[in-house]
Amino acid sequence: MKTIFMLGLVLPCIALAQQPSKVTPQQFVNLQEGDIVHKGFRRAHAKGICISGEFLSNGSLTKYTHAKVFEKGSTPFIGRFSIAGSNPSAPDLKAPVRSMALSFATSATQQWRVAMNTPPVMAVSDPHTFYQQIIAIKAGPEAIQKFFKDHPESQDFLNWKSSYQPSGSFAAETYNSINAFYLINEQDEKQAVRWHMRPTLTATPEGLKGEDALQQELQQRLAKEDIVFDWVYTLATEADNENDPARAWPNSRQQITAGQLVIRDWQFQLKGECHSINYDPLVLPEGIEPTADPILRARSGAYAESYRRRAREVLNGALEANSNE
Amino acid sequence: MNNRFSLSMRIFHWAMAALLISLLSAGLLMVQSLEPWQITILGLHKSFGVLAAILVIIRLLNRFRNMVPDLPSDLSALQKAIARLSHVLLYGFMLAMPISGYLMQYAAGRPVEVFSLFRLPASLSVDIQTYSIFRELHGWLALFLMALICLHAVAALHHHFVRKDNVLKSML
Repeated sequence: MKTIFMLGLVLPCIALAQQPSKVTPQQFVNLQEGDIVHKGFRRAHAKGICISGEFLSNGSLTKYTHAKVFEKGSTPFIGRFSIAGSNPSAPDLKAPVRSMALSFATSATQQWRVAMNTPPVMAVSDPHTFYQQIIAIKAGPEAIQKFFKDHPESQDFLNWKSSYQPSGSFAAETYNSINAFYLINEQDEKQAVRWHMRPTLTATPEGLKGEDALQQELQQRLAKEDIVFDWVYTLATEADNENDPARAWPNSRQQITAGQLVIRDWQFQLKGECHSINYDPLVLPEGIEPTADPILRARSGAYAESYRRRAREVLNGALEANSNE
Repeated sequence: MNNRFSLSMRIFHWAMAALLISLLSAGLLMVQSLEPWQITILGLHKSFGVLAAILVIIRLLNRFRNMVPDLPSDLSALQKAIARLSHVLLYGFMLAMPISGYLMQYAAGRPVEVFSLFRLPASLSVDIQTYSIFRELHGWLALFLMALICLHAVAALHHHFVRKDNVLKSML
């Protein structure tokens, strides 16, 4: 009873102590959607394609986590490949970032959403500076160059950017968790990790044409064969700051391949289940926990605001014309 | 006739007052925050929301077991009806808030973790339209509940300071 009374006093006090000067999820999503709102679509990474298949776990992470998905065996997923940007009909090959998202519904109480991008790190370390970075991106090349100059923490990101060559397939990219998480084992021991999906094939962009080049390439590939990725975990040491998403970890860190992700099928996003899913990376099963990374912790609030807006639009029939295509 | 609420009813009333004000404040805060504590408050909001749902059921059972002081006899029939309606509405909202909150999580495929003790199940397939219905309902119910709580408090103060009757004292 005392706890309840204490919280009754404490929580409203935290409320009053909040400074409204910080960027809110509403401001963030307003900035992402820009002046032209594409109703019913995600405010970020609006253009995508649903994928499905299974994760074949080899059991090698069970020492570090008791999450069911890592027990030896297979877990089905509903996922999504997408490109950065708020326009659901943007040209595939012009987007600077490509993404893979996964949803594992292992059981009614153990669900996991994974959101991954091609860059291995963020350019900045907190959501408020990230907001300024998006403003600079929208303002043009000069503004973003000045932004990077003013933010030395973006060095690891710039190193990646200068060496990155976009491939000719969603299936040939490396997708990174960017943010770090803790794996928790039965003994309640914590291990900070990042992960990436390592492709098992290469593809050049030569010969690709059209607005939907990557989606068409994916459809043609899946008509012939399954697509396989190795799911690789990188273990942090004491020397790494798992709470800073802008800092790369050295290549010498121990890596463990947890198994293979096998993609077997695809669907247009408005016809597939992936469109309904909010790939909030803070929906985690028991055995995985978030770090204190401020950008990771900002994601839930921002994703929720985007999801609420498009859910309301879908309820109001915003996509009915599209889905009859 | 006892002119005070029973001790158990008074404890329920004030404990749940503190709990509901905290839940409403946390809700308003967390939907407007990108700060690192956001997911912590979100987790507490869900855990205490489940606790509030359990408490309101016990509270209702307790209410039916106990005698309730009569309203002042000089109140008009209309005022008595409004007083009773406001109390029925308060209980209704106390039930509807956690139910809508849970159902929006259920439809979105997000299991609700309760104080790291256990998890409530979520749907294995996400339904964005059902999510939207309960998400919007949860938000609107919260605003009406805040208005109702204010009305309830103002009425109590009116009884005490203007009408100078026993209504507020019966709950102290």
